[in-house]
Amino acid sequence: MIKKLIYILVLVGAGIIMAQLFAGFSGSTELSETARYYVESGPEETGAANLVTAVIVTYRGLDTLGEVTILFTVAAIIAFFMKTREQRDKPKRRVSEILTTGARILVPGTMLFGAYIFINGHLSPGGGFQGGAIIASGFALMLLAFPQANLSHKTIRWVESISGFSFVIIGVLGIFMAGGFLDNSILPLGNFGSLFSAGAIPIIYIFIGLKVGAELSNVVGHMHEKQKEI
Amino acid sequence: MNMTWIALIIGLIMLIMAFAAIYAKKLAVAIIAAGVVSLLASILYLTLAAPDVAMTEAAIGSGLSTIIFFYAINKIRKQSHD
Repeated sequence: MIKKLIYILVLVGAGIIMAQLFAGFSGSTELSETARYYVESGPEETGAANLVTAVIVTYRGLDTLGEVTILFTVAAIIAFFMKTREQRDKPKRRVSEILTTGARILVPGTMLFGAYIFINGHLSPGGGFQGGAIIASGFALMLLAFPQANLSHKTIRWVESISGFSFVIIGVLGIFMAGGFLDNSILPLGNFGSLFSAGAIPIIYIFIGLKVGAELSNVVGHMHEKQKEI
Repeated sequence: MNMTWIALIIGLIMLIMAFAAIYAKKLAVAIIAAGVVSLLASILYLTLAAPDVAMTEAAIGSGLSTIIFFYAINKIRKQSHD
């Protein structure tokens, strides 16, 4: 009884605090100093039509490298704990016809859409992380529809290592050829809004997309293989 | 004003789905409900002019994590039968 009373008191207290925060909240009508800098000089300095990308890859590039590293660690830990023993060859039950047919049509489109998103990351919303996640969900659909298949760990490992390595190499090139680590002006900025523009941003985003896609697919692939254990 | 109503309705469905995810008897139903919460959240992000966050939420929140949860309960069920 007292326990429940305490719960209710805590809930009411939290509600009052939240209500006061909400009542005192008025959306800021002006940009903060950093945000104004990004908006005013971002397009000129980076040449990226999508300002979010300019911030993520160039101004805050180091954070992105950290995020990719975290994701890599997660994928590595899952791969470590999901080591599979013997596997069944035959799937336990038949996959429904609708799922296989749907996957045959949808999987190539999903992959293409993911690649489109990270290649056009500097022009339209989205980028490496989103594209990679979409590619990984394409692989997940494929594994659901064709359970006897396995993802090749060797290919995933190579794609992931090479793209991660190239990401860092491009970042280091920025120190020598331009203003600093991950500076995108090592390549010409090009025409604002065209596909080959914004310096190194599209290349970095392609590598991030491949890396994230490989890591998330690796997680799903390991989960899938664990299912087939005897 | 119109946008506010859409956001309110979506938020209400999200709340119902979240409670369904907590109180559902079957784990599969709970997972699906959690996926629906993510999907509606991504629609909400889209209406709040954050398409890139919406994409991430839709792909990871309602796509990948749902599948991973299903793999997990499948594995748990198999082990408890043995």
